Amino acid sequence: MQFLISMHINPAVLDALTDEEKEAIGTGHAALLSAVKESGELITTQALVDPSQAAVVKVRNGQPVVTDGPFLEAKEFLGGFYLVDCENKERAIELAAMVPDAAIEGLGVEVRQVMFADGPLEA
Amino acid sequence: MTTPVGDLLRTLTPQVLGTLLRRYGRFDGCEDAVQEAVLAAAAQWPAAGVPDNPRGWLVTVASRRLIDQVRSDHARRQREATIAAEPAPDDVPDADDTLVLLFLCCHPTLTPASQTALTLRAVGGLTTAEIARAFLVPEATMAARISRAKQRIRTAGSSFRLPADAELAERLRVVLHVLYLIFNEGYTASSGSDLDRADLAYEAIRLTRLVHAQLPDDDEVTGLLALMLLTHARRAARTTAAGDLVPLAEQDRSRWDRELVEEGTELVKAALAGPALGPYQLQAAIAATHADAATAAQTDWRQVAALYLILSRIAPNPMVTLNRAIAVAEVDGPAAGLALLSMLEDDDRMAGHHRLLSVRAHLLERSGDRAGAYDHYRRAARATASLAEQRYLESRASRLRRYAAPGAG
Repeated sequence: MQFLISMHINPAVLDALTDEEKEAIGTGHAALLSAVKESGELITTQALVDPSQAAVVKVRNGQPVVTDGPFLEAKEFLGGFYLVDCENKERAIELAAMVPDAAIEGLGVEVRQVMFADGPLEA
Repeated sequence: MTTPVGDLLRTLTPQVLGTLLRRYGRFDGCEDAVQEAVLAAAAQWPAAGVPDNPRGWLVTVASRRLIDQVRSDHARRQREATIAAEPAPDDVPDADDTLVLLFLCCHPTLTPASQTALTLRAVGGLTTAEIARAFLVPEATMAARISRAKQRIRTAGSSFRLPADAELAERLRVVLHVLYLIFNEGYTASSGSDLDRADLAYEAIRLTRLVHAQLPDDDEVTGLLALMLLTHARRAARTTAAGDLVPLAEQDRSRWDRELVEEGTELVKAALAGPALGPYQLQAAIAATHADAATAAQTDWRQVAALYLILSRIAPNPMVTLNRAIAVAEVDGPAAGLALLSMLEDDDRMAGHHRLLSVRAHLLERSGDRAGAYDHYRRAARATASLAEQRYLESRASRLRRYAAPGAG
């Protein structure tokens, strides 16, 4: 079963972290990454730039209209994700709990099963 | 790899690996060497022709690869002398090696996902790339999983022999479960290209045939093979040309594979005549009852319900209760089925499960509660991870849209 473990960040919360907390996030991700690589559960992981760098694209009357992002007026934004292939949802939740963001108030980690996939597998 | 050479290699792979393991031990080293020999054969034989003694060829090439591997391993110089001094391999018939190998690959310290992958590679003779494609993960992911599984087996220090009697029965249960998982992965094509998944179901049947050939008196092995054949027989009728799901009741039964049905039915009869009654035999008996009916309407639901009742006693699980509810509803009406479903309400494994929601939707529709049925079809569609099932459930719901409660869906 494939699951997307997505990390919902809040830029204001990230800014307010102490250096130690930021370092703990880095080492936490490194530990998770090596664990899921070794177990063969990792398919891919991607981190996204700060939402302030986002562009919103709309096509109106056939013409693209590009404005500054982000699209949603929300405090939380998609910061990145892990795509894993694991035994079941319980295991995916276990992995999500290893994402360091899950331990920080104001950041969220979400788990959802993949329903359709396409494209080259060597992603 | 469904060419004659491919089939031959798949049959020979476990035999060659078994021979090497008996001689040298070291599961991971032997397995790598055999894979390389099989790849070399797959590249050479179609053009150069199959050698007179294909198995001997593979054993020789794999042994050489293993020796090369050991030779390049500086820390093990001592072993090099030992292995290189071995006489050239001759063709020794080891009839039960495949079974020993299956037991090794289904080692209890491995997760079902790893057991499945290792079985397909070591016993099935599939390459890592083929297995990765069938499970829709990148090859690197599958390679990591397989190499970790091999490491675990080595750490566990397993020797290459069949477990003792008491453990044998338990391990056989795991082996059958892994074969069942491989078959299901191939049968329920949730996504990806259909062809790869059909290969997987075919492979599970082939491996189960191997086990059955070696343990013909085990009724559960016979039952599992029968279950696979009877289920696989429906393949052509299960989906429309567009890939949409066709439920059992609506399948064109003339498209069921009669040969597979007959073979499966014979096996069920043989299994049920034996002393032991197990879950695979019962599921196969249920499948045979369906196969016995020329149309869905002629199904002997009383027998299906009785078989599910026995199944729920010897191997209770929520899916069995769910299926029993369908059969009971056919015999005693939808209210009786819905009453059985209410037993699953408090089960964490089932609450919100799309199968429970869709069965309830179906029974509500039959009982005349169309608004309730609409709501449950919609909820079931949202809860499934299968696109084919989602399309089917949405289409059921859309037929009932005009009955929807105000504000629903």
